[in-house]
Amino acid sequence: MAADSLAGVGTADDLALPPRAVGRSRRGVGDRVYRGLILASVWLVLALAGGLLLALGWESWAAIRTFGLRFLITSHWDPVAGEFGALPFIYGTLVSSLLALLIAVPLSLGAAIFLAELAPSWVRPPVAFLIEMLAAVPSVVYGLWGIFVLVPWLRDWVQPALARTLGFLPLFQGPPYGIGMLAAGLILAIMIVPYITSVSREVLLAVPGSQREAALGLGATRWETTRIAVLRYGRSGLIGAILLGLGRALGETMAVTMVIGNRPEVALSLFAPGYTMASVLANEFTEATSDLYVSALVEIGLLLLVVTVAVNGLARLLVWSVGGPARGGRA
Amino acid sequence: MTKRWWIVPILLLAMATLGRPGAADAQMLMNGAGATFPYPIYSKWFEEYIKIDPEVRFNYQSIGSGGGIRQITERTVDFGASDGPMTDEQLKKAPAELFHIPTVMGAVVATYNLPGNPQLAFTGEVLADIFLGKITKWNDLRIKALNPSATLPDQTIVVVHRSDGSGTTYIWVDYLCKISPEWEKEVGRGTSVKWPVGLGGKGNEGVAGQVKNAPGSLGYVELAYAITNKLPAARIKNPAGKLVEPTIESTTAAAAGAVKNMPDDFRVSLTNAPGADAYPIASFTWLLVYKDQPNESKGKALVKFLWWAIHDGQRHPAALLYAPLPAPVVKQIEAKIKQITFSGKPLLAAQ
Repeated sequence: MAADSLAGVGTADDLALPPRAVGRSRRGVGDRVYRGLILASVWLVLALAGGLLLALGWESWAAIRTFGLRFLITSHWDPVAGEFGALPFIYGTLVSSLLALLIAVPLSLGAAIFLAELAPSWVRPPVAFLIEMLAAVPSVVYGLWGIFVLVPWLRDWVQPALARTLGFLPLFQGPPYGIGMLAAGLILAIMIVPYITSVSREVLLAVPGSQREAALGLGATRWETTRIAVLRYGRSGLIGAILLGLGRALGETMAVTMVIGNRPEVALSLFAPGYTMASVLANEFTEATSDLYVSALVEIGLLLLVVTVAVNGLARLLVWSVGGPARGGRA
Repeated sequence: MTKRWWIVPILLLAMATLGRPGAADAQMLMNGAGATFPYPIYSKWFEEYIKIDPEVRFNYQSIGSGGGIRQITERTVDFGASDGPMTDEQLKKAPAELFHIPTVMGAVVATYNLPGNPQLAFTGEVLADIFLGKITKWNDLRIKALNPSATLPDQTIVVVHRSDGSGTTYIWVDYLCKISPEWEKEVGRGTSVKWPVGLGGKGNEGVAGQVKNAPGSLGYVELAYAITNKLPAARIKNPAGKLVEPTIESTTAAAAGAVKNMPDDFRVSLTNAPGADAYPIASFTWLLVYKDQPNESKGKALVKFLWWAIHDGQRHPAALLYAPLPAPVVKQIEAKIKQITFSGKPLLAAQ
């Protein structure tokens, strides 16, 4: 019993001691094997990530050499002529994801606050369950729903109304196809709401009750308590939840492909059709025949990886700059 | 409890043996990869062919024509499949001479959504100008001239095309290239092209879904898809000056019209083919095989299958809404299959 609790103290100490008893030496071997396995899995994950980067770089080398930086800043995508520029895809990916975040973040945080702070206890489990169910819907189903329900609704009602009221903004001009950037942003928003909501709800539930009691004790209102004591305390967790949603939005392929209109053009209007990096890969990779064409598509894959890593990196910086949960909470 | 772990491998072994009937009698596995368009008819053939020759099993991956061409060029499969003929450049990259064997035919139809669902007719020139963005309204005089009895609204034409690379697109733009020099110069032919106007839908269902939903839209889908989903399909004027409805028969007629000028390697485009009843937007789909087979027994099995496919196999396409090959073309392909060899020896004579 005593040996057991000692062994629990730390691997390093354990390994440093000479193996005196049989039990101890066996445990030493076990620890070494354990350590080896853990290390191996770490290296394997790193090797996979590195291998992925290397393979993408290798396969896209022909396109990188041919087009150089031009690939990033031109919007001419012509497989027949062998001219490739990825700007519309980068633009479409970023804009559709941002649009999704703009819609989904207030909605999800509102739902999470309601579920964690305000809702009567009998309401919480069924509502939380329903929201989480949304995450289980396959994306092709979202896409079909988008084509048959969302797009006609946008075309016949939402877009004409937006054009009438906000039509002076370049964002809401052009013919209302229904299909386009707005539809893609909306579908993505619906898809990422369950992720952001359920993670945020967990974060808010993890905020200690003493936080709320202290704020209420100082005479804060319900909203002030939530804002000062709860949201502030959990903000790094909340940003993490939003990041998870963003990651999902950047990489989503099927549903977006079905409603975005797949037109490689940079257009300011949200009514115009667009294209994303993941969509062009899904659309064109299978039938790409020339080497340069395949290489250009692989380079888009590489770019998607780079953009995702860059966006995540930026968001990490943001989390660091606002500080951990402790500082805000204990203030 | 813990002692029962030995049951796991035994169960797995039992499942493995049960799951593969006849695995013991050394079956030959024939690997193929390529086009998605003929996948339904090919899987039907492979299923039927087991009854003819139980010793051969086929494994066909419908990864797309591009993948099929790449894999046969790298010899990682026994046969490839493509909806578009290989280019001279691609053929040069292959390590040995490749044959194109036509198997069945498909057609592409123009489908649309207009109030009242009129039966429309188009010429290639009008279609090309719509897809170039030069004709933008349904009540354009040139469309009216072709459809004097239809009521055409003053509405913008919403062009819908395939967003995914596809043989269907290849056939469609190949036709537009032949009709319109401007299309050939500005856009060209390929499985994906830079569309001057329009929205992209993924797959036949994506295009059909957008056309069905948006009044005033015009798109193109496979004939089989249009028939099964009862989509309106426009009649197209063929080179003989006749407005032809897209059907299985008018598709086969397109190949019959091309018999006279059939090139020896079958790398022929059947769009805008001569013939009074020929539907002008039709095409072969091909299997790609090496002229000189690397493996004698596999080569033998392959030519036997090809022979069956162009003869008895031609009973099956119509049920799946592909057009069968016309008899004169079958004769021409027979000669080609007879040229397939193993180290210089013809394989078909051996059977």
